[in-house]
Amino acid sequence: MLEIRNLHAKVGDTPVLKGLDLSVASGSVHAIMGPNGAGKSTLAKVLAGSEDYEVTEGSVTFDGHDLLAMDIEDRANAGLFLGFQYPVEVPGVTNAYFLKLALNAKRKAAGLDEIAPGAFLKLLKDKMDHLEMDPAFRNRFVNVGFSGGEKKRNEILQLLVLDPKLAVLDETDSGLDIDALRVVAKGVNSLRDAGHAIVVITHYQRLLDYIVPDQVHVLVDGRIVRSGDKDLALQLEDEGYAAVRAAT
Amino acid sequence: MSDVAIESHLKKAYEHGWQTDIEQDVFPPGLDEEVIAALSGRKGEPEWLLAWRLKAYRHWLGMAEPTWAKPHHPPIDYQAISYYAAPKSKDADGPKSLDDVDPKLLETYEKLGIPLHERAALAGVAVDAVFDSVSVATTFRKQLAEVGVIFMSFSEAVREHPELVRKHLGSVVPAFDNYYAALNSAVFSDGSFVYVPKGVRCPMELSTYFRINSMNTGQFERTLIVVEDGAYVSYLEGCTAPMRDENQLHAAVVELVAEGNGEIKYSTVQNWYPGDEQGKGGIYNFVTKRGICKGRGSKISWTQVETGSAITWKYPSVILKGDDSVGEFYSVAVTNNRQMADTGTKMIHLGRNTRSTIVAKGISAGRSDSAYRGLVRINPKAEGARNHTQCDSLLLGDTCGAHTFPYIEVKNPTATVEHEATTSKVSDEQIFYLRQRGLSEEDAVNLVVNGFCKDVFKQLPMEFAVEAQKLLAVSLEGSVG
Repeated sequence: MLEIRNLHAKVGDTPVLKGLDLSVASGSVHAIMGPNGAGKSTLAKVLAGSEDYEVTEGSVTFDGHDLLAMDIEDRANAGLFLGFQYPVEVPGVTNAYFLKLALNAKRKAAGLDEIAPGAFLKLLKDKMDHLEMDPAFRNRFVNVGFSGGEKKRNEILQLLVLDPKLAVLDETDSGLDIDALRVVAKGVNSLRDAGHAIVVITHYQRLLDYIVPDQVHVLVDGRIVRSGDKDLALQLEDEGYAAVRAAT
Repeated sequence: MSDVAIESHLKKAYEHGWQTDIEQDVFPPGLDEEVIAALSGRKGEPEWLLAWRLKAYRHWLGMAEPTWAKPHHPPIDYQAISYYAAPKSKDADGPKSLDDVDPKLLETYEKLGIPLHERAALAGVAVDAVFDSVSVATTFRKQLAEVGVIFMSFSEAVREHPELVRKHLGSVVPAFDNYYAALNSAVFSDGSFVYVPKGVRCPMELSTYFRINSMNTGQFERTLIVVEDGAYVSYLEGCTAPMRDENQLHAAVVELVAEGNGEIKYSTVQNWYPGDEQGKGGIYNFVTKRGICKGRGSKISWTQVETGSAITWKYPSVILKGDDSVGEFYSVAVTNNRQMADTGTKMIHLGRNTRSTIVAKGISAGRSDSAYRGLVRINPKAEGARNHTQCDSLLLGDTCGAHTFPYIEVKNPTATVEHEATTSKVSDEQIFYLRQRGLSEEDAVNLVVNGFCKDVFKQLPMEFAVEAQKLLAVSLEGSVG
């Protein structure tokens, strides 16, 4: 589903990604771990099309399309979802209205009619129930006055409503207490099937107890330096990145 | 944000910039007492009104144009303006019914989205259509008359209800109030008159649509709305003009009178031609709007969405005379390209336990400049008066400006006055976030801007809230990249 080859990207004059390769098949869950400043968030934002970064070399194909040639919204509507590390506030715009707008943008791109209001409300209710969210969040302004944990849960609500092919979740676990972590993981795991792929970016092994990855990759200094199964995450937790880096 | 996107925005077209080709009765440019007498004569006005006009004119001659406002403009040559323009087919008494109205005029309003045929008209909205200096049609009059509501052009009201007009004309905005109000008092052409008798809740929205068509013509309309005890009316004005290279002057006066427990809700969607990207042309919108809450428990609420005009200079105000009366001002002012807006309100608290709320939202893009200027005055007798003011500015890009000038005068120690102000930008992060969820860049900007304006839009009647949102989208097309 996603093929990243020799990806180089810089912010300003500073190179951040320095020849990154990654292959994500449909139906799989990947975890990307690595120390601060390794380029984890950069990878997520480059995939989503952030204009803060310049891709200088390499290629990314998503479902057979040249992802790097696509606009931000076209990538989204083709089925790429980025769960933000720092979700953004949109004052005066309710969660429900925003989600409906986003869902209809996606449906329009797919040549579908707008969703019927009743069907949308039902979909929203189902997903909010699944995430154990207070119905009041429907009419609250997007992320305004939300706690860190509420914002992350709201990201997962968007994920479930938009139902993308590929979800890239950037440190979705940060700021979550253990109960919230369990709920968020439940939401993410509900997408685990042959039609979806998930990439979780995290500092900590903890999240991976709940979202068990098929593959774990270690990102250091702009490149993937090691890949393995879920045990690699445990090893990282025990030995730290320095040891893993030294071993490469 | 890319310069290319900002550039593309600057080339956006003004949707209502066309003109109607119609034979008109136009006064040659110039202003003196003879012109005023001719204007008054053309309308068949009584002598007292001509005398009132001339008194205002003589006073105006001794006044100086105000210079304190932030927007500056080249001096206006008042002798180069024509003070009367009317479609020729219209006789002095006006058309008896829509069948007498020139089809070209009906077509004009149709094109503006204001069908005047009652069967095609917006449900529940009665319209008075003002074309240059005259009212060409007023819809649903019969239905309104059945409940005692008078809704007609100002000129007709002068003929048919002289006692009401004479009683209230100039009672809220005196003829000598300010330079442009004095000019308007001398040369006002037409406008709307609304009277809602005691205890009547006006069954439909009333609306006046102002269209400037002729070249070198000023529009000086006069609107007077009176609601008696316990009566209610919701009124909306809309405005457009063709695109011209010359600036055109629009100097209106609006007076509102609310008696005890009466309520007036006055909404404006102002979309005068704003001039081109270089700042050439456009309407100078120098307007005096004021209401008085005369009786106990009365309420006046101004809601305005200001997207047009080269220069906007207006401060819809409320004099809170009756005890427990309420004044509100909700405003969205959008400026783009070289537009300038200096707008706000005055809340004058005279009575006890009077309350006022001000919510002003300014959105600036391009090289435009907008200012909020507001006065809250609590007079010594206004025991327990309360005001809350919220001024928010939203900047799109970094070549525009926003300013806030609050004036607060409190002369009673029991009063509570609060003022909050914020300035923010549409951030790149917001746009990235929304686009990542599948919205186009334009839709993302519109969503942020509409969210910003929510507190004001929710005050507008439903149909107009939708129109206001669309208008905002057009006004800001491509302004963030």
